Amino acid sequence: MSNIPANLRYTDSHEWVLDNGDGTVTLGITDHAQQALGDVVFVELPEVGRGLDAGEEFGVIESVKAASDLYAPLAGEVIEANEALEDAPETVNESPYEDGWIAKLKLADAGALEGLLDAEAYAKLADAE
Amino acid sequence: MAHDTRRLAELAGHDAFIQRHNGPRAEDIARMLETLGVDGVDSLIEQTVPAAIRLDRELDLDPPKSEAEALDYLKRLARQNKVHKTYIGQGYYNTHLPAVIQRNVLENPGWYTAYTPYQPEIAQGRLEGLLNFQQTVMDLTGMELANASLLDEATAAAEGMALCKRANKKAKSNAFFVADDVLPQTLDVVRTRAYYFGFELIVAPAAELADHDVFGALLQYPGQSGEIHDLAPLLAAAKAKGIMTCVAADLMSLVLLTEPGALGADIVVGNTQRFGVPMGFGGPHAAYFATTDKLKRSIPGRIIGVSRDARGNQALRMAMQTREQHIRREKATSNICTAQALLANIAGFYAVYHGAEGLRTIATRIHRLTTILAEALARKGIALAHDSWFDTLRLTGVDAGKIHGRAMTHEVNLRYFADGDVGVSLDETTTAHDLDVLFDVLMGEEHGFSVTALDEAVAEGGISGIPAACRRESDFLTHPNFRRYRSETEMLRYLKRLENKDLSLTHAMIPLGSCTMKLNATSEMVPITWPEFANIHPFAPKDQTAGYLQMIDELAAFLVEITGYEHISMQPNSGAQGEYAGLVAIRRYQAAQGQGHRDVCLIPSSAHGTNPASAAMAHMKVVVVECDADGNIDLADLRAKAEQHGDVLSAIMLTYPSTHGVFEEGVREACEIVHQHGGQVYIDGANMNAQVGLARPGDFGGDVSHLNLHKTFCIPHGGGGPGMGPIGVKAHLAPYVSNHVVTPLPGVEADCGAVSAAAFGSASILPISWAYIKMMGARGLRQATELAILNANYIAKRLGEHYPVLYRGRNGTVAHECIIDIRPLKEASGISEEDIAKRLMDYGFHAPTMSFPVPGTLMVEPTESESLYEIDRFCDAMISIRDEIARVESGEWPADNNPLVQAPHTQADLMDGHWERPYSRELGAFPSEAVKAGKYWPAVNRVDNVHGDRHLICTCPSINEYRD
Repeated sequence: MSNIPANLRYTDSHEWVLDNGDGTVTLGITDHAQQALGDVVFVELPEVGRGLDAGEEFGVIESVKAASDLYAPLAGEVIEANEALEDAPETVNESPYEDGWIAKLKLADAGALEGLLDAEAYAKLADAE
Repeated sequence: MAHDTRRLAELAGHDAFIQRHNGPRAEDIARMLETLGVDGVDSLIEQTVPAAIRLDRELDLDPPKSEAEALDYLKRLARQNKVHKTYIGQGYYNTHLPAVIQRNVLENPGWYTAYTPYQPEIAQGRLEGLLNFQQTVMDLTGMELANASLLDEATAAAEGMALCKRANKKAKSNAFFVADDVLPQTLDVVRTRAYYFGFELIVAPAAELADHDVFGALLQYPGQSGEIHDLAPLLAAAKAKGIMTCVAADLMSLVLLTEPGALGADIVVGNTQRFGVPMGFGGPHAAYFATTDKLKRSIPGRIIGVSRDARGNQALRMAMQTREQHIRREKATSNICTAQALLANIAGFYAVYHGAEGLRTIATRIHRLTTILAEALARKGIALAHDSWFDTLRLTGVDAGKIHGRAMTHEVNLRYFADGDVGVSLDETTTAHDLDVLFDVLMGEEHGFSVTALDEAVAEGGISGIPAACRRESDFLTHPNFRRYRSETEMLRYLKRLENKDLSLTHAMIPLGSCTMKLNATSEMVPITWPEFANIHPFAPKDQTAGYLQMIDELAAFLVEITGYEHISMQPNSGAQGEYAGLVAIRRYQAAQGQGHRDVCLIPSSAHGTNPASAAMAHMKVVVVECDADGNIDLADLRAKAEQHGDVLSAIMLTYPSTHGVFEEGVREACEIVHQHGGQVYIDGANMNAQVGLARPGDFGGDVSHLNLHKTFCIPHGGGGPGMGPIGVKAHLAPYVSNHVVTPLPGVEADCGAVSAAAFGSASILPISWAYIKMMGARGLRQATELAILNANYIAKRLGEHYPVLYRGRNGTVAHECIIDIRPLKEASGISEEDIAKRLMDYGFHAPTMSFPVPGTLMVEPTESESLYEIDRFCDAMISIRDEIARVESGEWPADNNPLVQAPHTQADLMDGHWERPYSRELGAFPSEAVKAGKYWPAVNRVDNVHGDRHLICTCPSINEYRD
């Protein structure tokens, strides 16, 4: 059973979003997603300063058995990327919700957060897979 | 004994090859049929192949010839080729393949019958060979990373263009710059690719590069007529403008020229043919593809990397497999699958054998001879188009007609430019005597020059064609592998040592589903190194290639009869390239009909990943058609999607029999649905081995198919290439297949660009398929198909009692392969398909195909070439493994310490003083009687994939590693 923290928002493409309360969010991939991928070997990070539309592909996460695109959960500008993942991609497996975060965005519209899945809805989705 | 009354016609043994190729004897066939409870092969075929598509006659082919007769006939064809002294250049050069490499690698089934090294524990030999290749490329180009080969220089350049676009995210432009002195065949292929990617091409002099707003650029080094540009200012100016650069460089010239990596190139591509691989009328040869470290995660093709095994020892493997098309499908970096492993190995060994010192001598000799020629021409007052060169001169203002006349007399081929200039490219095989002849040809016999005197003048005078700024200063091939094997004895042992690490068809059946690992008969292989086939330049005059052209015509006629199509395009170099060529032909045809807006390609969810990757490259939108519970195309879904996309429906790509190994009953209907909506039908020929002589895709609805000659038609897999993927097309598509800019093809529209560098792809391996068909005849080919189906059904029957078999057709039969489902077992025991694959190595077998087309399964394809003895040996191993799994299920062996998860077992395991396992060493390494009688040892323990992909190292391991 995977861990799905109640304080986060989720997408149906298995990203999580943490509201930092200042118009920015932190995002990563869920515990369920890292389990499904298996040992992560590489994370292609977005460039800081890049503007993203909601749903836009912004990177790739690779394991030994799969390579999955990362999608922007919300529109915004990349303000930080987790460069520690370049040398230690396994952090995504070990700590998907904390040290394994992938990027931080400055949201174009803070209200858009409400449109994402809550923990309960995501749990249902993850269960169905 | 009674007097034998058979007549000579029967005793002559014209059809003797059939029983050499087909494994099962008459009594084997009887036993297998009995096991299946079927009264004859005919009944099995009736139960398996739908009546609606069955061919109701024997193929119309010549009666079979014996091996001796076929070789004799082929020799007569070969003699119609004329091996003239060739100085045409343009990316193809004469070379001396060292005999020790020719006999021990190119002509050695231990090397050429192996498969792509997906199972690294039993492929360490060729993985090391390919690592040598990568190291050679990296050192000579000065780049940080190289892949393990691509199909040819032209497609490598096209991949370079695509990589520039992918990686250069900041560039807004959609245009790509190509220097006007890029090889014409490269430009031809790049143009085709650019058109379907939607890129604009700007072709202009290299010096103008920075004047254009482009995302990337392709430069040739040296240029096609021999000129050496100083790349440094060009690449620097491009970099300043945010343009990514791809340099197509001649590998031999890089021995003496500054390496492009040192000058700032992002990508370097080229051909390694002149490193010991015969020209072969265009191929096969290994192209190389090298990049900066920054681009390592986007590099197309296969890359060999260094990892470690379960004991912590160094082990090699293919790295970063997840970017390949079988996982990424339409999002893959490229559709490339088959590469040129055998030829890359040869080029790598050429570098190992000669080392830096030997290569310097060869390159210096080539350059010296060229400089002597330039000096003589200068003294004679003959003008050269440029005053820099490595091995190629372009004579200008000459009487080309006169030169041509003298060249014909001396049986010398030169390059004749449209503007009357004459080109000369020297190579490794050129001698001082050859130069004397060239003097006569180029200047007339009264020239009065002596090569020896000129050599003296050039050597003493320090005369060189290489501009001072472009002379190489850095070392290369400093790794011990390039110093240790310089004597033939050391080289011979090195090659044998590597060969012995690898499992090939010389050891056991390789039951890889979808790969058709059948016999690659020795007599089929013999002709490829005949000089009349090996030493022909792809752009040699037509009157020197008559034997080749007739052999190709005959092979095309055989394939037309076998497939039911009306024309064969022999250009594509692999199945994936055939897919691309076929889809491009469809798009060109539709454009000519005013239907160019059709761009939707329907692809069943069960398709091989290359299908969507190829469709994406042809700028098509992939729409997935679902499969039903039996694994067949869901016809209702197909109908709905064809209707929904009716106006824009371009094509469907389907595989027959399906990738699930089933003859789908509805295939004819599926084709009709697509045709009704104005679409074309592409039938993937990967599984043609289940159809030859029984059904023809051209008859049941196909408009185009590729044929993997390296599967169904006996070209060996070479450890990951070469391959050939010619396409068969219906008449309406024939004008739209690939043409060729240097050697135009009859019946094809002039503006149909090429998909590969040579007009007939890898022509020198076509005699293999020709000989196979010639020696089998119609009856032999049909029997081969029938026995491939019988063997697969026998395996499905025997293994079906121990493992679930997925997807059977009507009457419960499979086609030529079967899928064994490991998922329930994994659920129950934790033992995975990978554990079984590795455990099979202990039993002396290569694993079946893992997790394709269904994750968690094994797909087994025995082919017709395996005898009942070998098939039973394999089934016994699988059944014994099932018993071992039962001991894990029962708890007798822990899930994390049993012979399956510990597999494969190596000699290091047996020698280990600490054997803390609940089973004996003997059970680990000698689990069957067959293995006790003759053991093949995996060279390393289970390879750590995660470590290799996290810590990507793609160079020969450091000297310190060797000191361990």
